[in-house]
Parts: sequence; structure tokens; C-alpha cells
Amino acid sequence: MDLSFTPEEESFRDEVRAFFRDKLPARLSTLVREGKRLRKSDMEEWHAILNERGWLANHWPEEWGGPGWSVIQRFIFDNESALAHAPRVVPFGVNMLGPVLIKYGSEEQKKHWLPRILDGSDWWCQGYSEPGAGSDLAGLKTTAVRKGDVYVVNGQKTWTTLGQHADMIFCLVRTDPAAKKQEGISFLLIDMKSPGIEVRPITLIDGEQEVNEVFFTDVEVPVANLVGEENLGWTYAKYLLTYERTNIAGVGFSIASFERLKEVAQTQKKGGRALADDPLFAARMARVEIDLANMQTTNLRVLAAVAGGGAPGAESSMLKIKGTEIRQEITSLTRRAYGSYAAPYIPEALEAGWNGEDVGPEDAAMAAPSYFNNRKLSIFGGSNEIQKNIISKAILGL
Amino acid sequence: MNFEHTDDRRMLADTLVRALRDGYAIDTRNAGAYSEAGYDPAVWQQLNELGIVSALFDEAAGGFGGSGFDIMVVFEALGRALVVEPFLGALMAGRALAAGGGHDDTLAGIVSGETIAAFAQDDGATPVTATKSGDGWTLSGTKAVVAQADAASVFVAVVEQDGDPLVLLVPADTAGVSVRSYNIVEGGAAGDVTFDGVTLGADARVGGEGQGQAIVDAAVGAGLLALSAEAVGAMEFVKEATLGYLRDRKQFGVPIGKFQALQHRMATVLLEIEQAQSAVINAASAFDGDDAKARARALSAAKYTIGRTGALVAEESIQLHGGIGMTWEYAVSHYAKRLVMIDHQLGDEDFHLQRYIALG
Repeated sequence: MDLSFTPEEESFRDEVRAFFRDKLPARLSTLVREGKRLRKSDMEEWHAILNERGWLANHWPEEWGGPGWSVIQRFIFDNESALAHAPRVVPFGVNMLGPVLIKYGSEEQKKHWLPRILDGSDWWCQGYSEPGAGSDLAGLKTTAVRKGDVYVVNGQKTWTTLGQHADMIFCLVRTDPAAKKQEGISFLLIDMKSPGIEVRPITLIDGEQEVNEVFFTDVEVPVANLVGEENLGWTYAKYLLTYERTNIAGVGFSIASFERLKEVAQTQKKGGRALADDPLFAARMARVEIDLANMQTTNLRVLAAVAGGGAPGAESSMLKIKGTEIRQEITSLTRRAYGSYAAPYIPEALEAGWNGEDVGPEDAAMAAPSYFNNRKLSIFGGSNEIQKNIISKAILGL
Repeated sequence: MNFEHTDDRRMLADTLVRALRDGYAIDTRNAGAYSEAGYDPAVWQQLNELGIVSALFDEAAGGFGGSGFDIMVVFEALGRALVVEPFLGALMAGRALAAGGGHDDTLAGIVSGETIAAFAQDDGATPVTATKSGDGWTLSGTKAVVAQADAASVFVAVVEQDGDPLVLLVPADTAGVSVRSYNIVEGGAAGDVTFDGVTLGADARVGGEGQGQAIVDAAVGAGLLALSAEAVGAMEFVKEATLGYLRDRKQFGVPIGKFQALQHRMATVLLEIEQAQSAVINAASAFDGDDAKARARALSAAKYTIGRTGALVAEESIQLHGGIGMTWEYAVSHYAKRLVMIDHQLGDEDFHLQRYIALG
């Protein structure tokens, strides 16, 4: 057992650091560090930079444009990315659909869609949840009825993150209403510009329009856009979710946001001294810091145990629960750290490109909205309670 | 970076786990643990034939291991079997002697398992003071709750001289040394060791002038890692026993493990044990590193983590079992006691959280 990096891993890390130093635009890292909301063009700009280097889809096989990294290399890259305050890779195409197509898609589908994910031709969004199908995802009701060369889709998806930017949506649809609920689901790729699709924004608790409702009325989808076999979509859906959950652990993001919290705790004062020297606050910070150091090793242990470097199975549920608890706790401490200046609500200050005068300390305006926004972490990707159900069944055998 | 043990270390761990599983059933353990001596000398001898103590020391000290990961796998195995024989004393006293140099015969006796040693630490509540007398010292005061004090033939005692720690080797039969021995809650024995005008020569000192703190750090660091690993071993046993019970025990016509309220509690227990395991891996890794501050922080982080998680696992396992978990007859109750009481050794979770902050 050896937790230190090998000389090869060290030099890889240096290479990654140099890349972020040279290629990450300061404008973008500043926005991320300050917790501002990125525009579509900001995210696309960063994707293009990563893609140019061949590092956008870092867990894809080399055949399809991945860099052929080991799990440790990917871990190093993700950590360095977060520490450099690089924007997140938008996960829907790269991290969610990509692995499903690579494993279950036809050759034509792979050749057509994978390069378009990499070069940014298609912005993907996720059509999973419905008003009546949240935790009980398999209870979804959106239907697709085959008529000749097309499926005709009717129904509604919701919580569609960044769907307002999307060119394409991958959807779980019901193709066999008579079958057991998990057995009548198919996985369809749908053009967002199709007639009959309507996108309505949902404003969230922090005032942000991050998610949407997507309505489908007699939307025609070419049969060629079915992934895998009809009625086997649930298998593909679950495969995708294990990828989604691993990313949700977000150790790198926690490390970066904890570093930021430490800075804030040094500058904020309480009772005439730095907040970091307040014994109660210092104890809260130390607890989460220790939890995070443990989590980092837990994450690596799980990844190292995966033969061949794919996605872990039910263990990703453990990473999701603990990782999101830690991320939420850090946003909670950051909100507390700003004291009364966490209260002023300045919506424009949250947007990229705002140059107004701060109320209170720099970045204080982001603390409470970010805390409230991140309540989503324990809900999406399968709520943490659903993860415990999965652990009980798949790991504990109960 | 890799998370595989070397072949040698995996073999050591496997041998130990198998030997303890086959030869150290809970009844055997309890017969020794709740006897007046607090352990079984015959069992101690048998276990020593496996070379357990030698695995905790490097070749320079007469052993064949001694790294952080060696300590980790040995004490995880000991914890899994709830071993009560005096291995911790051997580790801590031996590491102190090895760090100080000299006292080769005593160290050799400890490493071979022939000599039982106790490490009498200064927990600040009951300082024993040393006053210079001639070339040596005179000691007075009482060390509280020294593990396996009665069984030990030598003490490595941390005493205070002019406010600084001084480490001394004190044979138990030295005039003026007396032990008030008692059993401890989870099984085992400890004692209050009184030094009543004990006179020692210059050769009693472990290490050179001014080395006291470094020697204490070496011994206590090893002890913290060992206790943290022991706790994780015990947690693993309790987890498996509790899972077995959730599958077997039926109420309302179904195994109680089918109830979501219990499943979610068990999932949390699993998660926290994995985190504790990671904390111990981090500590074992830092233990061998060059960075003294990182080492001390990782050790405190691990002891804090297992203190918190140990109590959680103990309390949840009893609750998930219901009444049977409360019985003396059932093994889990003894593990639960150890998991709670381990927080009372070498500083509890609050102590180590504060130390972690102070080192930050």
C-alpha cells in the first residue's frame, strides 16, 4: 500500500498543472472561484479548450477520443481542475450519454454522436425525471409509440438541468405499457428542435433558472435514435446513473471550496478575532476537513478496486452520500462564516460579468444562494435515501 | 499510488486472522479477559509463537516489519478477534526503547514476546515527577490506569522533570514501585502504578538528554495508529455480526433487515466504517512519512474518527440487535464495550480534534 504518487504520477500532475496555468483563461477561473453563474458561452469555451488537448472526455476509451488515463490519473486531473477553479465539464453528453453509447450504442450511433459531443456540436440534456417519477424513476409515463420509421413521443420531463441550452435530450420513454414497469422502458435520443417540444423554465430556491420542464406533444423521433434494444432502456439508465453518482462525490470541488472557506475564516472576524480562531467554528471546520481527507481515500480505494478502470457499481452510492454530505456542510459553513452579510440578496451579483459594488465582503452575496442551491446534491442523481436502499440491497444483501 | 498490500504483509495478515479465528473464540477470550490477570498467559505465549510482536518492529530493533502498514494489519487482526493480551504495551514500550537506543536486552525480550512491558504515559492528570539525585532520579507519584500493569515486568514511564518529559525504564520489582490492579469494563486489566521514592540510576533513562518528547511522540504515535486499527478491526466484526442478525432474525414474518428504517441505519454504519478505514490508511501512510506535522495530524484525525465512529457502531449495533445485543453471552456486547472504551485511551475524540486544530 502506498499513498504517495509515483514519479510518473508526479510528472503527470505537473503536466496537468502546467496546462491549467497556460490554458485556463483567468476570466473563467475568477468566475468559478467567486461562485458566479456561468453562461453557456463560458462553458462551451472551456469544453473547446479541453477538447483541443484531448482531455475533455477523460474516461472514454482512446478509440473514441479519450486520453487513455488510469483511474489515478483521472483523479489527479479532477483534483487539479477543481483546485485551479476550472469550470466543471457539463456532464450530460461527456459523462452520462457518452459511456452509454460506448457500451450500448450501435457503430453508427457512436460514429455520429460521440464526435459531436466532443466538438460541442450538440449540447445534451437529461430526460429522466417526470412529475410522477422522481425516486420511483421506473414509474415514468412518457410514451413512445412506434409508427413506421418513427416513434411518436408524448409526455413530460422535469428537472431538466440546463435544458434551455440543449440541442438534444436523451430520454427514458415507455414503449411497452403492458410490461412490468422496469421492462417496458426504452432509451431515445431526441432533437430539441423537433416540432411538439416545449421548454418551460423552473426558478429554483436561490432565484436561478437552472432547471426546466420539457413537454412532448406528438414528437416524432427517428427509429435510428433508439439506443440498444427496445424495452431494455432501464439497464442503460442504471448504467448511466452509476457514472452520474461517481461524479457527484466531487472530492475536488470539496477540496477547493474548503480552501476558500479557510480564507474566508481568516478574514472574517468574530468577537475581535479571526473566525478561524473561534473554537466552535474551528471545530466545525476541522470535522469536515477530516471527513474530507477520509473521503478522498475512500474514493481512491473504490476507484482502485474497479478492475479495468470503468465505473464502480453500488459503491458509487457510498461515494454519493458521503461526498454530498461533505459538500453541503462546506457550503453551510461558508454561509455561516459571512455572518449577517450572508443575508443581502443581490441577484445581479451572482451573474458572470457583473461589475457592481459588493455589499459587505467580496463574494458574500454568493454564500447563501450557493448553500440553498446545493441542497439539490442530496436529492438529485437518486436521493441519498435511494442510495441507502441501493447499498442495503446490493452491498449489504438485505 | 496503490492500495494493495505487499505479498508478505498480506500473508502476515491472513495468517494472523486465520489463527485467531480458529484459536481465539470469544469464550477463550472472555475467560482470560475477565480473569483477575485480565488475559491468559498461555494464550499470550501461543500468540507470540506467531511472531506478532516481531512484525511491529524493524530489523534494527530485532523484528521483521515495523512500518505503519505492518502495525495497521496486525492491530486490525487483533481488533477483529478482540484480543486482550498485552500487545499494545509491547508496541509502545518497545518503540520508545527503539527510538531512544540502548536497553538492548530489554528491547530484545519485548520483541521476542518473552518480556511483558507496559507503557506508563503521562496523561497530564497525574504527573509523576522526577527529581535529580546523584547521577539518577527519584520518582514520586502515581500513574493512572496503566494497561496490563500487573502483568508487566518492566515499565517504560513518562515522567516530568522540570516541566519536560523524561522517559525512564523501570523494572517492576524496583523498590518503591507498587501496582493496584483491577479489571477494566470491556475485559482486560489495568492498574494504578505508584512510585514512592523510587531511586533510579542514570542508565534508566531512555534516549539522551532532551530527547524525551521525541521518544514519547514515537511511542504514542505508534499507539494511536494501533488503537485506530484495532477499532476498525472490531468494527468489521460487529458489522458482519449485525448484518447476519438482520438477515436471520424474523419479526412480523420477515427478516428484520427488510425494514427500511433498519436498512438505512446499517447503510450509515457501513459508510462510516469505510471512512474510518480510510482514516487509518491515511494515518499508516503518514506514520512512515518524513513530515512530522502531517504525521501527527493524520494520527489525530484517525483517533478522532475512530472515537466518533466506534461509539456510533457500538450504539447502532446494540440497537439493531435489540435485547440480544445487551447480553453478556453475545459476542457483540463485548466488542461494543471495547469500541466505546477505546476512546478513553491515549486521548479521546475531543482531545484529538483540538490537537488536530492546534497543529493546523
